[in-house]
Amino acid sequence: MVKKIRVLVAKPGLDGHDRGAKIVARALRDAGMEVVYTGLHQTAQQIVTTAMQEDVDVVGLSLLSGAHMTLFVDVAELLKEKHMQDVLIIGGGIIPQEDVPRLKKAGISEVFGPGTPVEDIVSYIKKNVKR
Amino acid sequence: MKKKDTFEQIRAKHQEWEQQVYNRAIKENPERKPKYKNLSEVDIHHLYTPLDVSDLQYLKDIGFPGDYPFLRGVHPNLYRGRLWTMRQFAGFGSAEETNKRYHYLLDHGETGLSVAFDYPTLYGYDTDHPLARGEFGKCGVAISSLVDMELLFHNIPLDKITTSMTINGPAAIIWAMYIANAENQKIPKKQIGGTIQNDILKEYIAQKSYIFPPEPSMRLIVDTFEYGFTQVPKWNTISISGYHIREAGSTAIQELAFTLGDGLEYVKAAMQRGLDIDAFAPRLSFFFNAHNDFFEEIAKYRAARRIWAQEMKTLGAKKPRSLWMRFHTQTAGCSLTAQQPEINIVRVTLQALAAVLGGTQSLHTNSMDEALALPSEKAVRIALRTQQIIAEESGVTNTVDPLGGSYYVEWLTEKMEEETYKYFDRVAALGGVIPAIEKGFFQREIAESAYRYQKEIDEKQRVIVGVNRYQLDEEPSIPILKMDEKGEERQIRRLKNLRKDRDNTKVQRHLQRLRTAAEGDDNLMPFILDCVHSYATLGETCQVLRDVFGEYKEQAIY
Repeated sequence: MVKKIRVLVAKPGLDGHDRGAKIVARALRDAGMEVVYTGLHQTAQQIVTTAMQEDVDVVGLSLLSGAHMTLFVDVAELLKEKHMQDVLIIGGGIIPQEDVPRLKKAGISEVFGPGTPVEDIVSYIKKNVKR
Repeated sequence: MKKKDTFEQIRAKHQEWEQQVYNRAIKENPERKPKYKNLSEVDIHHLYTPLDVSDLQYLKDIGFPGDYPFLRGVHPNLYRGRLWTMRQFAGFGSAEETNKRYHYLLDHGETGLSVAFDYPTLYGYDTDHPLARGEFGKCGVAISSLVDMELLFHNIPLDKITTSMTINGPAAIIWAMYIANAENQKIPKKQIGGTIQNDILKEYIAQKSYIFPPEPSMRLIVDTFEYGFTQVPKWNTISISGYHIREAGSTAIQELAFTLGDGLEYVKAAMQRGLDIDAFAPRLSFFFNAHNDFFEEIAKYRAARRIWAQEMKTLGAKKPRSLWMRFHTQTAGCSLTAQQPEINIVRVTLQALAAVLGGTQSLHTNSMDEALALPSEKAVRIALRTQQIIAEESGVTNTVDPLGGSYYVEWLTEKMEEETYKYFDRVAALGGVIPAIEKGFFQREIAESAYRYQKEIDEKQRVIVGVNRYQLDEEPSIPILKMDEKGEERQIRRLKNLRKDRDNTKVQRHLQRLRTAAEGDDNLMPFILDCVHSYATLGETCQVLRDVFGEYKEQAIY
């Protein structure tokens, strides 16, 4: 039997906008993945701990507050520290195009903005999951 | 005198028209879709006639503006007397930067202010709190103490301009800072006007910037009601909000039903405290979304007025003002596209027009760039100009409720009212609003609607211009707002200096008194005012309440 892809959908920081995260979580589940949703108000440390405990293949970060340059990068660095480079990190939310290159450099593989069909996220994960 | 058509005559002619004209026509020109539905999944027929509203009685169900049931508006002459307040929700970075934006907006014809706070402020944390990391000034202005509040309103006449503040968990504290700032300028409390959002129920339901559990939160809200009508009588002490419920993905009917349901919950809580309904009800206000389906939105506002008037009357309100459903509107942020951002100007225009035709008391028009970042000066100016064009050029302000009597709009208004009462019954069966929140009822209903909407877009059943149809290969780029990178540093330095320079004995004394009061059941507003007057910070004051009340944790449902 093929192992199911395990995804952690996470909401870092204080942002309460969870519409997108919840839709993506449900769509990934419907696409046959095992999804863990952290709920709101997670610190980077909490997200990485959950990622380890749940042994996930993908961490999907959602943020609409504008704090992505700090909080996405915090999560990516902590994952690196814990030797979890083989976890695919993706992000989404209100993120200006000009921030995307710096996020990619920090280890966020792809950033999905408003208007992205959820199917694009599903196929991106399937194509790029590292383990 | 000519004899009027009877319903029988209309019905007979209607049947004939359906069979001989309409059915023949659609054989030649088939309809584009098998079914036409609005955003609440209500089937929309191809035509509405007097038959669809035959049970309506004009005097009882529609009536006159400024008169019960207020369907056509709360003011007899609406915009002929006074235009709606043009109130752009704004705030970013430090208090100084936001103050500049306020002056810019006022200089360009804005007629009221509306404060957006950053996340740490919304959660009652000071800028230097560890959980504030990365959030300073990002989606609103950071206000950690009265010092920041003074800078925010520098050179703005608090006795002449009204201010709306989107603040919920720590609403009482932020309001106290506004009052204290006015008092320090020798402006009497009785003269200041504005609104605090102060609507915690929709935070649990949708927006999620809650701090305390429901019971102490409701107590704080009733405290502000009571303090408001006795001490700050021109202040709206709550803005019962559907906006965020809609943004979280609800339908228009859910927005209407959940918002009015929340409103009635506050009224009952205040009455349980023993407050006179006619003392506090006139200061209740509402806040709705203006989404894409033009007529559905208009029907929503009209239905809201009638339902509210009916329900308040049932609860025993006597003063006409207590029956008024006065509301602010903001165009739908969630309808904006990051793709081809300039076309958002057109979306916003249509949404704003719906709000005006629905009789809004104040209006925020979103800026075209808000699916990307906070608005640039140019983007927000165009958004404000959009309102000014509707007000000054379009002619829609010439008469009150111009769509009143439209067969379609009246039918849809009735339909939305009917569906709202069905939701009222379902919530009552769950034991009321707070038990329904704890059971995840609203959250589940909204998540379902949000998922369905997204699916329809992904499957192209619902067209979003520029997103799933009429796309461009190369997206145009537009300039994005740049914030002062030194703002956070400056703010933290200011906080540190404040904590050093103020009379700390006095601060501790007032915080201790607040703690004791919170443990008892006195109205907390006077104690909070003493705290902020002594320059206790938002974080310190809120921490006292966190210690006494505890914090709310939600069960995530998707």
